[in-house]
Amino acid sequence: MYGIVFAVLKRVLIGIVGCVAVALVALCIFAWRPAIAEITPPAPASFAPALIAQGEVLASAGYCASCHTAKGGKPFAGGYAMATPFGTIYSTNITPDVATGIGTWSEPAFRRAMHEGVARDGAHLFPAFPYDHFTKLTDGDVAALYAYVMTRPPVRQEASANTVPFPLNIRLLQAGWKTLFFTPGRFRPEPAQSAAWNRGAYLAEGLSHCAACHTPRGKLGAELKDRAYAGAPIDGWIAPPLGKTNPSPAAWTQAELVAYLGTGVSRYHGTAAGPMSAVARGLSQLPAADIAAIATYFASSNGSAGAGARDTAAIAHALAADRIGTGLSYDPAARLYASACASCHYNGRQLNPLRPDLALNSAVNLDDPTNLIRVILYGVSARDGAPGIVMPGFAHGFTNADVARIAAYLRSTRTAKPAWTDLESKVATIRAQGQGQ
Amino acid sequence: MTSFTINGRTVTTDLDDDTPLLWVIRDHIGLTGTKFGCGIGMCGACTVHVGGRATRSCITPLAAVEGAAVTTIEGLDPASNHPLQQAWRALQVPQCGYCQSGQIMQAAAMLQDFPAPSDAEIDAVMTGSLCRCMTYVRIRAAIKQAAAEMGAKP
Repeated sequence: MYGIVFAVLKRVLIGIVGCVAVALVALCIFAWRPAIAEITPPAPASFAPALIAQGEVLASAGYCASCHTAKGGKPFAGGYAMATPFGTIYSTNITPDVATGIGTWSEPAFRRAMHEGVARDGAHLFPAFPYDHFTKLTDGDVAALYAYVMTRPPVRQEASANTVPFPLNIRLLQAGWKTLFFTPGRFRPEPAQSAAWNRGAYLAEGLSHCAACHTPRGKLGAELKDRAYAGAPIDGWIAPPLGKTNPSPAAWTQAELVAYLGTGVSRYHGTAAGPMSAVARGLSQLPAADIAAIATYFASSNGSAGAGARDTAAIAHALAADRIGTGLSYDPAARLYASACASCHYNGRQLNPLRPDLALNSAVNLDDPTNLIRVILYGVSARDGAPGIVMPGFAHGFTNADVARIAAYLRSTRTAKPAWTDLESKVATIRAQGQGQ
Repeated sequence: MTSFTINGRTVTTDLDDDTPLLWVIRDHIGLTGTKFGCGIGMCGACTVHVGGRATRSCITPLAAVEGAAVTTIEGLDPASNHPLQQAWRALQVPQCGYCQSGQIMQAAAMLQDFPAPSDAEIDAVMTGSLCRCMTYVRIRAAIKQAAAEMGAKP
């Protein structure tokens, strides 16, 4: 009797082991990518200067250096830490150093990395590298980027070890992620849309990978396509929604977007801050027509068309709110604001883009106070936001209660939205996180 | 290493990134017209211009002004004859004088945005600049006189 049971169990076990083995072999075959032969780094003179120049502009508008440079480190030498829910991933060295960079990568190897997320040696790259966007780039643009990075000074710098835990750190498993979430393929224009719209879509969805920050991600780290541009947390900040759910009372018209993306500051929406600063700096190098194209693309879907009357009311409300608390006031919050903030932020009669209006600013209107708290604590440097202009941070001057008081005051006097809760503890949390990279 | 210009002159320093700009200006560059008041950005005595905008230098970290153009009271006018300075002298605005360079720098920045400021606008923008001698009435009069002077020029 037992003999029969054992015999059956044995056959079942062999069957299971066999199936697992077959599945593993199948996964390996499915996931395996060949290495592409190493090359001797091409001589910088072998690239046409015009191609390098084109690549420089594209690299700027793709913010390659933002993620591939550590704070205070050499450009493109990697080491920038990206905190993900799956561990910290450090960016790699993309200078043409032979030992530690991509000096041995041929153009086909570079193109495969950009279009398919596979390293020269055949390893799958983590999607922290936004190849799911770069796959849309034309071969010509990839060639220009290759020419640019391969003519940068080589820097010998080993990549820091990622802290992604086992088994997520098995590169082969990324093939499964790609099957679920990645659609390779070049950008396909929408024939019904204008040339400018399609150019904007190409840049925004591909090179500039706007959705990488502004679209929420699911449990496995993939962008949720059905919630495109709905806003998401990124690097300790909130990337606001870019569509109709953007909370600013003033519309993001094409003209506002052109100013904001091209110069880091716009009349009604104030200045870029946090990770968006590098975005505006990067995009500013694009030809004006390209910046206008990106603005056209986003303005077409964010409900800004015909916003004139709504904006007029919002601006009148903002200017009236400015005048609250000026003159004699016994409200301690109003007095704190008048002393610390109003000298720069007061407008009263008409909006001045260099006196950012806080009633229209997304930071005051978002459901989450993080961005406002961050800016109050750490300010905006001359390099960020409006170039050459500084907002000093109040981290050393204000207690958590002071920052919370200003934030609550702005929320209640500048918006009709529900008050933020637990402000003081949120300030404490953000203060403990520090200014960041 | 941080580089910026001060009154048109390039300055490069290897001081710590967190060093307040005010310390750099006073202790390292040696321009002492800018004063230390509260140290927490609440009194205006340390106001300088960064990129032409009034900025509290006591809470501005050095790293924040990388590449920026800083102007102090010493650089507002090469002959110390900015219309505000003329009005300040004509109306004998200073009492002890300690806050006055910050007041003048704040007022100069304000006049770019509000060329003919109303009383309410002066109150709103200048409230962050405190004067322990209570010269506010003369400050307001001098700002208006300078505004009129500047508006009169072509």
